[in-house]
Amino acid sequence: MTVADALLLALGAIAVGSGALVVTSTQIVRAGLYLVVSLGAMAGLYLVLGAELVAWVQVLVYVGAVVVLLLFAVMLTRAPIGPSPDLDRPAWPALIVGGGVGVGLAALLVDAFRWTIYAMPVPGTTDRMGAELFGSWVLPFEVLSILLLSALVGAIVLSRPDIGAPKKTEVEV
Amino acid sequence: MHAVIPYVTAALLFGLGVYGVLRRRNAILVLMAVELMLNAVNLLLVTADVTLPTPGGHRGGAFALFVIVLAAAEVGVGLAIVLQYYRMRSAVNVDEVALHHEPEAG
Repeated sequence: MTVADALLLALGAIAVGSGALVVTSTQIVRAGLYLVVSLGAMAGLYLVLGAELVAWVQVLVYVGAVVVLLLFAVMLTRAPIGPSPDLDRPAWPALIVGGGVGVGLAALLVDAFRWTIYAMPVPGTTDRMGAELFGSWVLPFEVLSILLLSALVGAIVLSRPDIGAPKKTEVEV
Repeated sequence: MHAVIPYVTAALLFGLGVYGVLRRRNAILVLMAVELMLNAVNLLLVTADVTLPTPGGHRGGAFALFVIVLAAAEVGVGLAIVLQYYRMRSAVNVDEVALHHEPEAG
């Protein structure tokens, strides 16, 4: 049991615990804030695992942008501030499928990797990651920029009722 | 370090995400559970960098970056759809969405 192991265990426990609160909390805003804790703990896990750039991108994009977007959506849909009792469906099917997937995957991975000790990884600094991204993965990178542009335009078109909406005459036909 | 710890963490988080997607009725909470699942996959990819080192470098990390960008695009478009649906029907419950054709809605 080294320092890295203790850190991995502690951060993993925080991530799983607050993840469980995300999917069980009866208050929507609290679920969003527990999501921040879970994603932050996962950024810590990336740091311990030597993926520095991924960790900082996680903090910037997920904790900074995605969660803010989700909280804005919570506000725009006028969610109640207090606990809302009608957030959940019956638990049993979800418990069976979700628990089955989680425990099954965990058992598979435990069986595959056992208690093997691996060497600490070389830190994946921005330098190395940039060489990897712009060496082997230039084309997917550029395709990704087109995807982001189309997602941007798509979100704008979807959320503005005055563009792309069918004309009244077309509806009546 | 024991790579099995982050692997099991990722598996449990993925299970929690599946549970949340199936359990929640509010569309925004369903999206949050989807984010949990995507993050579990990212953790798996980053851990795979440690256990299966490639000569090229951090292939799993590069994949994780791609997944993060895809998740950002997904949550943007998904929330636009949710907000538009809320504007039309004043509801965000996914099990009340009418899937059959409604002519008056256009």
